[in-house]
Amino acid sequence: MAAKSKSNLASSVFWSLLTFACLALACYAALFVAPEEKTMGVIQRIFYFHVPSFWTAFLAIFTTTYGSVAYIATKKMKWDWIAVSAAELAAAFLTIGLVTGPIWAKPVWGVWWAWDARTTSTFVLWAMYVSYLLLRTLVDEPERRALLSAVVAIFSCIDVPLVYFSIWMYRTQHPQPVIGDGGYLDPRMGKVLLECWGALVALFLLLLRERYRLEKMRSEVDGLRMEVERRGL
Amino acid sequence: MSLARATGLILAKELRIELRSRALLSTTFVFVLLVLVLFSFTFDPTATEARRFGPGLLWLALLFAGSLMLQPTFVREQANDTLSALRMAPIEPFAVLLGKLAANAVYLFLVELILLPIFAGLYNLSILPVLGRLLLVMFLGTVGLATTGTVFSAVTAQARLRELLLPVLLLPILAPVLIGSSEATVGLFSDQPYLDTTWVVFLTAFDVVFLTAAWLFGEYLFEE
Repeated sequence: MAAKSKSNLASSVFWSLLTFACLALACYAALFVAPEEKTMGVIQRIFYFHVPSFWTAFLAIFTTTYGSVAYIATKKMKWDWIAVSAAELAAAFLTIGLVTGPIWAKPVWGVWWAWDARTTSTFVLWAMYVSYLLLRTLVDEPERRALLSAVVAIFSCIDVPLVYFSIWMYRTQHPQPVIGDGGYLDPRMGKVLLECWGALVALFLLLLRERYRLEKMRSEVDGLRMEVERRGL
Repeated sequence: MSLARATGLILAKELRIELRSRALLSTTFVFVLLVLVLFSFTFDPTATEARRFGPGLLWLALLFAGSLMLQPTFVREQANDTLSALRMAPIEPFAVLLGKLAANAVYLFLVELILLPIFAGLYNLSILPVLGRLLLVMFLGTVGLATTGTVFSAVTAQARLRELLLPVLLLPILAPVLIGSSEATVGLFSDQPYLDTTWVVFLTAFDVVFLTAAWLFGEYLFEE
């Protein structure tokens, strides 16, 4: 037992150091390697974390949905642990994206929040995953919680394309200031963007692994506590 | 027993319970009416503004009402543990969900039917020329609201703080229904009334997608 926890700790430290090295490299690349954007200047560099954090959030949402479907199919608790760990990370990465967005938007567009289709849809997405996490805090029995939240996670995931389509349609029918019309991306910028995404995916995997172990431990402790109560020790 | 017959029986049971007291219908009606009147205090709508914003306010009021009135759907079965009896009945579990869903859609639709003339009067809109198309939009939006609402009320019935939790879970999921139905309704109240087929198709798609999801995953909600 002691040897196992020691090797767990060692591997945690190893993977953490590796992830932080990736993140440091990504920061360096975003700040110094990527060329400066002509019109927006230095503030545009937030893009290298703003965009990849959404991509990572989508990866987390996919993981939550996969875990939820797998839980319903197999009724094995490990899938619920994966689902909740990924859902927390989805909420975290969506929050990073939604906070870095206004920091970028204010100097460039002149407003913190432009009500454009993508931002608004992402906010609705964020609300869905936060309410999923709220639901989990309000159901006590583990199996019941796993089942109910799996159904909610699946319904939320099905809703994602509908939310994006409806808000996009709504926005195209109502005139909007033209902002961020895509355009040309310098190949060096593209490379740095992918590097930053790689670093965030590494962070996602590291946190997913640690959070999963925490959830597993939590369930073991709960099991022991119930055993103690049952035997009246 | 076939799915249709079982669903019909559950629907009849739900409607019979409601018709004995009519508590849910009358309370919801008063709630939506209050919200519609209170909305007009926050801005003093001109004729154009009423046409532009009225439909959105109506749908927002209905969404709020739905997230409150769908709450008792499953909680009602807990007092005498009648859900266990339904579970033991020799019918598909989906029939229970579908029957309750249909009952909720009927309640909401009844409330809307009574409210529409009052809403038209309050916001000075003419509904008669577009009545058929308006009812179609109302129907599609209501089915979407009742489907997700009934499934989520089965979820929250087993949680704490359920009165608050149901709206929190339901409102983000229903954002597409709010947009689709209020946009379609705005079109019907514009100078040259038209029915935007994109939104009709979209609302139909929403209903079909979530009815299918309820059919696939709904039964897990009643498992012991």
